Amino acid sequence: MNDQQFEPNIVAFLCNWCTFTAADLAGTSRLVYPANVKIIRMMCSGMVDPKFVLKSFLEGADGVFIGGCWPGDCHYINGNMKARRRVALMHEVLGRFGIEQDRLWLRWVAASEGNAFADTIKAMTGRLKELGPCHVSREAVA
Amino acid sequence: MGQFTPIHTEGHINQALAGVLGQILDKGIASAVLVPCQQPHRRAVMQTLVRDTAALGAIDPFAPVVPTNSARLVAALTHNNDAPVAAVLRSCEVRAFLELVKLHQGSTDNLLLIGTDCFGRFESRDYLSLAARHEDITTRFLLSVVSGAGGSDLGADLAKACRMCEHPVADQVDIRICAIGADPSEDLWLEWVSDKGKQTQETLGLAAQDKGPTGRDAAVSKLCEERIAVRDAELAAIREKTGDVAGLSDIVAACINCYNCRVACPVCYCKECVFVTDTFRHDGEQYLRWASTRGRLKMPTDTTFYHLTRMLHMSTLCVGCGQCSSACPNDIPVMELFRSVADRTQARFAYVPGRSLGEKQPLAVFHAEEFDDVTGQVK
Repeated sequence: MNDQQFEPNIVAFLCNWCTFTAADLAGTSRLVYPANVKIIRMMCSGMVDPKFVLKSFLEGADGVFIGGCWPGDCHYINGNMKARRRVALMHEVLGRFGIEQDRLWLRWVAASEGNAFADTIKAMTGRLKELGPCHVSREAVA
Repeated sequence: MGQFTPIHTEGHINQALAGVLGQILDKGIASAVLVPCQQPHRRAVMQTLVRDTAALGAIDPFAPVVPTNSARLVAALTHNNDAPVAAVLRSCEVRAFLELVKLHQGSTDNLLLIGTDCFGRFESRDYLSLAARHEDITTRFLLSVVSGAGGSDLGADLAKACRMCEHPVADQVDIRICAIGADPSEDLWLEWVSDKGKQTQETLGLAAQDKGPTGRDAAVSKLCEERIAVRDAELAAIREKTGDVAGLSDIVAACINCYNCRVACPVCYCKECVFVTDTFRHDGEQYLRWASTRGRLKMPTDTTFYHLTRMLHMSTLCVGCGQCSSACPNDIPVMELFRSVADRTQARFAYVPGRSLGEKQPLAVFHAEEFDDVTGQVK
């Protein structure tokens, strides 16, 4: 792997109703954003099981992004609030083992915010380039 | 605080306590008492549900051994049972039980919680070998404690979890059996803590006084200080060894996925843990694929994944009882590992498991506006 051209791998869990739609809007608007992100559509940010985040890091992801609706706008009323507490917990557990908080982002991106989605991915990719590859090596994890 | 009643033991702690428990049964305060008892065949001491006062002759609640955290046992007794039950428990067992109550696994409705002060326990294997060699290990242990040796001069070390436990006194109980600060060969003290406890005192017709054993507060503080020092040293050591995922994998390198730690844990209450479901029953082809991308694949797989998941699921509820380490067949320092994570996760939510039944568990509740720092976005 060439450090000069380190391209982070970002796994993104996007909620169907808001962030995934925003990503779609970014696409139809022909906005350009880094291809480092691999999108997985979830029905709600509140259905992102922490095990998905864990597994992503254990399998070599450099960053994980969870996109949800703004609080108050969740299609399932409060899934996003559950996600927020889960991410707070994950920050602590992952942080304990050297996976920096800045590698797991939870962001609210509404369906109409195509621009914001593109900008957020650009920002995360930039940040991960600063942080470098995640230290978790697949080979070293038993 | 509460009122105190001294019980004169005259060197026979168990007899004195059996008298009180017998009264609790005879006067119908409880239909049964769960209390550690000497087992008939070996010198093992196990929680025993006693209904017949004659059987109280075998009680030994101060025996320095806790083969299993009784929280789950008490949860089972209070489930689908309207008859009043009394349970004699140590601090970690009470705290874990209260967490189980919050998870609807048990109830305090028809329960009289009797908490004993805890000087620590020996690992079961060590206790059994000590008990085989000495006639009355409980008395020797209590004498050692009173002399200031803290049980360290009997031929085995106390479980590390106990040496770093900051909760020697059971907090949220109805009645407390106070031994710290007292001389158990002379007397034990009953402390009537809750309203239920005070009612019990009245029913038993026992006189109570305002002052407890002199020097108790100082003795409790001193014990806590010693344990906090051990705790801080142990947590620093484990953090040093497991600062990254490779370090964590390293320390669980000998793990065989037996899940004893999960079974022994009083707050891991899932009837079917995801790790024993099809989710983790991979096809042979999958193992080969993984081995192919990595070059080699340690089997069984998902070991680090399991421990990290368990930390996510229960670290906020960890009471530090150490049964996980005790249960591990390969001496993995599970307790130290989990306490070092619990330290962070519990602080993040300002949560102390077992502190109060009224406090909701961190992931059982959420509010519209909170933890703004997680997203960094404020509308």
